[in-house]
Amino acid sequence: MTIEQTSLRAGRPRARGTAARVRATALGLLGLVAVAVIWEVYKVFGPDDGVVVAGHRILPRTTDLAMPHVWEMVARLLGPTTSQAGAAPLWLTVAQAALVSLGIAAVGWVVGTVVGIALGVLMQMVRVAEHGLLPWVVLSQTVPLIAFAPVLKNWGAQIEVGDWRWPQWLSVAVIASYLAFFPVAVGMLKGLQSPPRTHLELMHTYDAGRWATLVKVRLPAAVPYLLPALRLGVASAVVGTVVAEVSTGFMDGIGRQLVSFAGQASGDPAKAWAPIFGAVVLGLVAAGLVGLIGLALRSYRRGEAT
Amino acid sequence: MSKHETTAPAVRATGIGKTFDTKAGPVQALTDVDLEVAAGEFVSLIGPSGCGKSTLMRLVADLDGPTTGRLEVFGKSPAQARQDQDYGIAFQQAGLLPWRTVADNIGLPLELHRMDRSARAARVAELAELVGLTDFAGSYPDQLSGGMQQRVAIARSLAEQPRLLLMDEPFGALDEMTRERMQTELSRIVAETGAAVVFVTHSIPEAVFLSDRVVVMSPRPGRITTLISTGIGPGVVRDEQLRETTGFFEKVTEVREALHGAPVGSSAREGR
Repeated sequence: MTIEQTSLRAGRPRARGTAARVRATALGLLGLVAVAVIWEVYKVFGPDDGVVVAGHRILPRTTDLAMPHVWEMVARLLGPTTSQAGAAPLWLTVAQAALVSLGIAAVGWVVGTVVGIALGVLMQMVRVAEHGLLPWVVLSQTVPLIAFAPVLKNWGAQIEVGDWRWPQWLSVAVIASYLAFFPVAVGMLKGLQSPPRTHLELMHTYDAGRWATLVKVRLPAAVPYLLPALRLGVASAVVGTVVAEVSTGFMDGIGRQLVSFAGQASGDPAKAWAPIFGAVVLGLVAAGLVGLIGLALRSYRRGEAT
Repeated sequence: MSKHETTAPAVRATGIGKTFDTKAGPVQALTDVDLEVAAGEFVSLIGPSGCGKSTLMRLVADLDGPTTGRLEVFGKSPAQARQDQDYGIAFQQAGLLPWRTVADNIGLPLELHRMDRSARAARVAELAELVGLTDFAGSYPDQLSGGMQQRVAIARSLAEQPRLLLMDEPFGALDEMTRERMQTELSRIVAETGAAVVFVTHSIPEAVFLSDRVVVMSPRPGRITTLISTGIGPGVVRDEQLRETTGFFEKVTEVREALHGAPVGSSAREGR
């Protein structure tokens, strides 16, 4: 094989990658437009009282109160938050709340990721730990910690170290991290166990110890398993943050805003949708940031099928 | 073998037996194996599946321990020889780390043994040249053909300048043309390094072409049945002409007959 052929082979997937990305973006936007169109079409042709089958409403009412027009929702975002003079535009209020939630979710995700990776490594290195810990890791997710959020908040409120007091947002971050660590721990363990026997035996013939094998073979091999786990983890962290904000009564985030704006929906139906869009954008931004990690680690993903 | 008298043999196996405990009961993979591989000698292990040829190589590499018998590698225990990096190894799968470039794959054992960066780079460049991959040092394994990947694996196995090379069907997954080219290359490389080789293979012409001696093995239980000297000798240049000589054909026939239970002239060979 000549060098030209090889570089050609190396170059082609990159070109295909760009085309695929443009295509994916276009399809994504098309999907967004489709949702808006379906929304409006149903609003025009659906009965005012929704579709009721045998006493159960299976499709919502189409009144302006239940389903505001798409353009009304967008227009409302650009309008002022309240009728008070000098009120900030609604999109800014929502964006500020989303940013607070993003920060809390990020802290939760980082803590969850560190704990998850540490647990994965521990379970791989110590076989007893795998048998002893893995059932608990799985079991931990069946405990609805969000339900205990108020209790957790009270525990936190009692913590004081010198002048430092446990801030309320930290309770929210802890709950987010509790949801985020699980996919990371499981994915990490699976990834660390993924190297083929040949690689491990080769390391044995080099008289490499467990740490050297971990660093040179197991950790790089775990990257393709870790990245999807990180994406799952960040989604869990965002959901955990929003829900925990509501149940701990944390006022500054998007979670509380969802509840309070929904309460104003009878007078201002389009306003209730603003924090929902905010939450969606928050999730997308969080997932996008984690996607950047995948980009940075792309040379460790060469084994992946493309 | 007289010229190697001063050094310990690369491999000395005495009465080696290996039994695997499986769910279906114990399986005797090897029984009563006696074999000596001199320093610098090229020995092929050949035989049908289940004859224990790979098992024997794995015992030498200290990837497994013998159940009975005594095994020495350069006069030491296999574990000590492994710790001293006395051998290099290559498998049927090249076993390259996909996230490392060719150069970084070749340099992996040196990196693990903490050779400093500049000395490592020099050694890697030397090895890449030896296997003809200088232009591909920055490529990743998925950009290489199977034969090129196997060359990287061979270069890697030579990194620590071992006195013994262990190769488990390294060309088993290659097409016939590439395979013959790789055989020629390997014999050149081995001649340059002067290392002894234990070479596991399924292919009769491959064993005859490369080896000073061919060890014919038989299954159930795995054992050595015949030792055949190819008579080609370590000094002989192994090229395409060699494949077409009468002597080569005769040795191929001899090994084939030994493998298939020796239909003709068996009494003559049993004397060896």
